[in-house]
Amino acid sequence: MPSLGADMDAGTVTTWLVKPGDAVHRGDIVAIVETEKSTMEVEIFEAGVVEELVVPEGERVPVGAVLARIGAPGAAPAPAPAPAEAPAAAEAPAAAAPAPTPVPAAVPTQVPAAGKPARRPAARRDRVPAGTVVSPVVRHLAERLGVDVHRVAGTGAGGTVTRADVEQAAQGHRAAPAGVAPAPAQATARAARRPARVPATVGGAGPAARLSPSATGVRSSPLARRVAEETGLEIAAVAGSGPGGAVTARDVAAAPAEHAPAAAAAEPAPSDATARQMAMRRAIGALMARSKREIPHYYLSTTIDMGRASAWLEETNATRPPADRLVASVLQVKATALAVASVPEMNGFMVDDRFEPSADVHVGMAISLRTGGVIAPAIHHADRLSVDELMAALRDLVTRTRKGVVRTSEMSDPTITVTNLGDLGVDSVFGVIYPPQVALVGFGRVVERPVAVEGLVGVRPCVTATLSGDHRASDGHRGGRFLAAIDHLLQRPEEL
Amino acid sequence: MNDDDARALIRTVLGEVAPEADLDSVGADETIQEALDLDSIDFLNFVGGLHDRTGLEIPERDYPELATVDGCIRYLVAGVGAG
Repeated sequence: MPSLGADMDAGTVTTWLVKPGDAVHRGDIVAIVETEKSTMEVEIFEAGVVEELVVPEGERVPVGAVLARIGAPGAAPAPAPAPAEAPAAAEAPAAAAPAPTPVPAAVPTQVPAAGKPARRPAARRDRVPAGTVVSPVVRHLAERLGVDVHRVAGTGAGGTVTRADVEQAAQGHRAAPAGVAPAPAQATARAARRPARVPATVGGAGPAARLSPSATGVRSSPLARRVAEETGLEIAAVAGSGPGGAVTARDVAAAPAEHAPAAAAAEPAPSDATARQMAMRRAIGALMARSKREIPHYYLSTTIDMGRASAWLEETNATRPPADRLVASVLQVKATALAVASVPEMNGFMVDDRFEPSADVHVGMAISLRTGGVIAPAIHHADRLSVDELMAALRDLVTRTRKGVVRTSEMSDPTITVTNLGDLGVDSVFGVIYPPQVALVGFGRVVERPVAVEGLVGVRPCVTATLSGDHRASDGHRGGRFLAAIDHLLQRPEEL
Repeated sequence: MNDDDARALIRTVLGEVAPEADLDSVGADETIQEALDLDSIDFLNFVGGLHDRTGLEIPERDYPELATVDGCIRYLVAGVGAG
């Protein structure tokens, strides 16, 4: 038992990540140890083969006790203590609870046999056998796509994982835009974890059986789970580099953005604030880079006369106490949600290079966090809410988002996103589309401008509305129609 | 309500609306909204908080008077009455 701090005199092995016979390498995380103050991953100093686990799980032993014996080639068994990684404050609650939220339309192939319980994280059975057959090229591809090859069932000769297998698995990743994937059935998870031989039809899930990025039964350390929780990552979507594909805290920190549902989904813990911000910056960077890499954006902008909308707001708010007042962005969001009906190619997802329109309109609201970063959770069915309901929903969402209590469903299924940077004083914003969505509408500041109205120049409050559209789903002509529809709707605020 | 009461009230309400915001960092010539990066919903919540504690209506047309800290203090003291 390594000493993980001057005040530590004993520790409890909560989880072994290796078993006798496993080959281990210097730096591998082999066990999870809990003390009164924290939970830590124990790394191993030297390479070798695990001969014996001396201390069973759940047993508390003093510092200095032998935990396990590692047989190095030709060497005597040695204890395997190791310094832990950064001390953790507390063990996270079980991470990655089964996410019941299927991404509508986005992952038809990934919907698992429903209703079966997902496996607990860090389950110790069904270990991934070491030595999955993977060529270096495929391994490289997998790394690039963020796929854990150990979790891909190979279809090549002798169970070899092929390029196609990895690509398919990667699509599974992508299909879950915000990392909230349906919890796979147990059989699916197990199938995915047994890389070489499992037919793709196990669990009746078809191709999905090959994917396990969404498996909640993923092996992970408590520290990794805690980091994942704090950074809002779905741990099941993170490719593990630990023994047997176990997800370590380092993997979580390095995980790409598409698995970050709510990058601030935890109560801020001051000591973790910097790490969290870094993780969020990385997550945003990765997601936006992917968007720019994959989505052929086109951009449009139009100036919308907000005279009527502003007057209507003023009149409406005049008789209301502050708690019931409306802001202009609510009208803009409602208009956007309604405009989708006339140009449905703006609302939905790209799935396998094909646009799938969504029948529902869930408007993602880009909300900036004061500690840095931005996330865009959804207001569900924004088109069906009254303006007052939408205002209440927006207030609630902004408040919760900034407190870090966004719901997974809100992160998983926005069908279109609205960003409003008007309060920051910018005139217009040309946003980056959130994959796999296909459109993002931006509103700038409402400013008074000279405008010609019926042959006379008048001063009117105006806003610049922009559209970032995905050329795979629509073109500029349709995008123009969409902005025109928004404009049209904002001219009749009382009907919104 | 005197100036100190008003400032304390502003601090309390801002603390609820934007816990990270530091009132002392707002310069005399700066607007609260810009200095503390408050969006329109934050500002509305701020106005709502002042309304709840003082009973003042604070109609939208008065918002400009609340732009700066000093303006807020003046508005609150005048509205509630110096007592």
